[in-house]
Amino acid sequence: MTRRVGWTLAGALPLAFLGIFFTWPVATLVARGFFPDGVFTLAGFQQVFSEDRTWRVIGTTLAQAAAGTVVAVLLGVPGAWVLHRTRFPGRWLVRAVVTIPFVLPSVVVGVAFKSLVISTGPLGHLGLDRSFAIIVASLVFFNYALVVRTVGALWASLDPRTEQAASVLGASPTRVFLTVTLRALFPAIASAAALVFLFCASAYGVVMVLGGAGYGTIETEIWFLTTQLLDLTGAAALSIVQLVVVGASLIVANRLQATQARAQRMRTDSSNESPWRFRRDIGPTLLTAAVVLGLLLFPMSTLVIRSLTTASGLGLDHYSNLATTGGGTLSVPVWEAVGNSLRTATVATVLALVLGLLVSLVVSRNPRNELGRRGLGLLDAAFMLPLGVSAVTVGFGFLITLNRPPLDLRSSMVLVPIAQAIVALPLVVRVLLPVLRAIDPRLREAAAVLGASPGKVLRDVDLAFLTRGLGLATGFAFATSLGEFGATSFLARPDEPTLPVVVFRLIGRPGLENQGMGMAAAVLLAVGCALVMALAERMRPEEATTW
Amino acid sequence: MPTIRRTTLALAAAAVGSLALASCVAAPATTSTPDAPGATPAGTTAATRAPANNGKLTVVTHDSFNLSEELLDTFKSDSGLDVTFVAPGDTGTLTNQLVLTKDSPLGDVVFGIDNTFAGRALDEGIVAPYEATTIPAADADALQADDSNRLTPIDFGDVCLNADTAWFESNGKAIPETLDDLVKPEYKDLLVVSNPASSSPGLAFLTATVGAKGEGWVDYWTQLKDNGVLVAKDWTEAYSVQFSGSTGKGPRPLVLSYSTSPAFEVVDGAAPTQSLLGTCFRQVEYAGVIEGAANPEGAGQFIEFLLSPEVQADIPGQMYMYPAVRATELPEEWVKFAPLSDNPHTVPADEIAAKRDGWIRTWTSTVVG
Repeated sequence: MTRRVGWTLAGALPLAFLGIFFTWPVATLVARGFFPDGVFTLAGFQQVFSEDRTWRVIGTTLAQAAAGTVVAVLLGVPGAWVLHRTRFPGRWLVRAVVTIPFVLPSVVVGVAFKSLVISTGPLGHLGLDRSFAIIVASLVFFNYALVVRTVGALWASLDPRTEQAASVLGASPTRVFLTVTLRALFPAIASAAALVFLFCASAYGVVMVLGGAGYGTIETEIWFLTTQLLDLTGAAALSIVQLVVVGASLIVANRLQATQARAQRMRTDSSNESPWRFRRDIGPTLLTAAVVLGLLLFPMSTLVIRSLTTASGLGLDHYSNLATTGGGTLSVPVWEAVGNSLRTATVATVLALVLGLLVSLVVSRNPRNELGRRGLGLLDAAFMLPLGVSAVTVGFGFLITLNRPPLDLRSSMVLVPIAQAIVALPLVVRVLLPVLRAIDPRLREAAAVLGASPGKVLRDVDLAFLTRGLGLATGFAFATSLGEFGATSFLARPDEPTLPVVVFRLIGRPGLENQGMGMAAAVLLAVGCALVMALAERMRPEEATTW
Repeated sequence: MPTIRRTTLALAAAAVGSLALASCVAAPATTSTPDAPGATPAGTTAATRAPANNGKLTVVTHDSFNLSEELLDTFKSDSGLDVTFVAPGDTGTLTNQLVLTKDSPLGDVVFGIDNTFAGRALDEGIVAPYEATTIPAADADALQADDSNRLTPIDFGDVCLNADTAWFESNGKAIPETLDDLVKPEYKDLLVVSNPASSSPGLAFLTATVGAKGEGWVDYWTQLKDNGVLVAKDWTEAYSVQFSGSTGKGPRPLVLSYSTSPAFEVVDGAAPTQSLLGTCFRQVEYAGVIEGAANPEGAGQFIEFLLSPEVQADIPGQMYMYPAVRATELPEEWVKFAPLSDNPHTVPADEIAAKRDGWIRTWTSTVVG
């Protein structure tokens, strides 16, 4: 009985957090759209759905998200193999580099990609400007690491003996991969795909820059209707569409996972990594190298070049300017913004980790009845919603809900890490859950039979396996809050800016000094992210390793 | 049955948890102390006169708000107020957030509502009357939004096209001067503007064309479109990616920006760009006491602070706008390279308020489809 209460509480705390800082604000704002003058009306729906543009926008959103997800998965799975199952010198660096796009503010990525494809850019002759391909490329740029890391984390802990057995029994390498490995990886792939889909469906700044005028998604329409027109009826109708899209994609992901999720043989050491071997690894390695060099580093290099370009050739002037307020464009020197960013991100990471750990542990339980399993599925999906719902809806929702004591938080700094934690939380869950689900329940049962208390089982079984995922989850959570801009921009404090806010500000000003300094600040952000990810990787407690 | 009971339990626990969480989260915000409690006479009077606001002031601004840290610190210590700044977005987002929160005001004083959204702010009654004393009457009248003294002008600037002068020189073309020039065949495919649906300068330029062409603005945009105008998402894409005269070295030598932008491109005492003063819209940024403010007095103090000579002189370097107090001395580079337009295109604030949304929708279907 006490155990049941314990688990209920473990689920209730994160739910309360989500309820207050997401569900309530969103529901209240959407409700305003349906009761514009206190009377319920579907006029907004009729108006929105009678416009051709709406249907085009829905189609664009789905096409963009589906294409982005498929390509990210196709490229990411070989990347996961190379970066998580083979050993080669400098691997830690490549792993860190692939995560950088995750923190880059979309305004900077928009500039980087657009500069490549406009007629005067290095890829100008390819006619990629305003093409669907370049939009998909930018979406893969942002989300590649999610697939590589989520799939890689599980792949690295899979016991290779199952594969070895299949191959001893005469299966060809392809057959082993398709029938054993891929099936074992399926939960992680589905999990990553769901995340990527939501990120792609709600992408905003970059797709608008790359798609050109007229390119619209559900997200861009909601932004326009809400912030510029305050047309809450129209925005509410589109928010419902957004929720339906998000809900449907989560149901699909959940089904896929449920059919395939089963206990795997896992190990907590990394002995199943093997040194890089030419014949086996050359294919995936070439593909991964092409992605890392061509899709990730090439666009990023334009930022580095811009950050180094001064009036008198190349130089580090913009970097030394980071110690200043940029001749007055900023209210504080950039290093102070770095301090703000680190502080906020630390709080957000702790919040996201604690809550995400609770959610993952609860969701990974295996209730005996169907209702319980359904309930856990819903719980899992609930925490994914914030990724697919517009930051604008959440931000404006905050204004009309968190406006009275004891929750008058609208001008309070604490909302920033909270908003970031809500975005980081589902990432934490996606990283931890596949690892937890893959633990053979017999391990826990065996421990219990041998007399271990529930707390000890949790510590010695669940947490032991989690350690690897935990480092990654910490890295992702930290990187997410470092780079988060959508929700943060509504809560920004001009006198206490974070690093992405500083970048946004500098890049919005004319003159080489401001632009160059903005790019230098973005490069600083990128390097910081790479460092954090490299460190997080090393965060593995001794007892979880065998050497 | 057990599941239902468990759900109830979960809900109860959620409620308890939420309250506990809320109170510990809210704590730091409510216990913050003023920098120098009662250190200055101004501080003591503010605190004793308005006990309801506990000596706090919340300033709501647009996301370009910026002043020297020393000035802000001086204001904080002189007034004795515990000042919080919030900057939720551009001028449109800012105004609409204030409209949305009319029943429970977001703060005490707002800065950054411009004349494209001023009419909306006035119609919706989100700002209260306030008679500013620090601005000369003539300057205030020249920039006023209406005659109700609810919005006080703080700064202004001209949104104008900019030209890459070197490009025009090397291509042997005259730099265009008027809106009419832009639709001529020799300027085909040269202009990039930002989208009025997603950018404040874009909206300002659309308004300029309405001011210049009246009902004929839709025809004018059709001609611009036929002449190859490129629409960028925002100022950043237009200016730093597509424009040939700045860091991006893009393909387009004509860009929508500000009349002050050339001053920031100066290299070795010469500006490689110039603004086209016949294409401008005058943008005015206002401050106002938010209706229902907890600390209207502090709000007034902040508006006077914005109009003080120190802040007015700080505005050009920080916010790239002209100070509303015209006697303020301007930076040297501005005198040389950032001239104002003699006859900017104008549209009254109330007309913009009434028609803005319709203009944007019509513009979208005409120009981008």
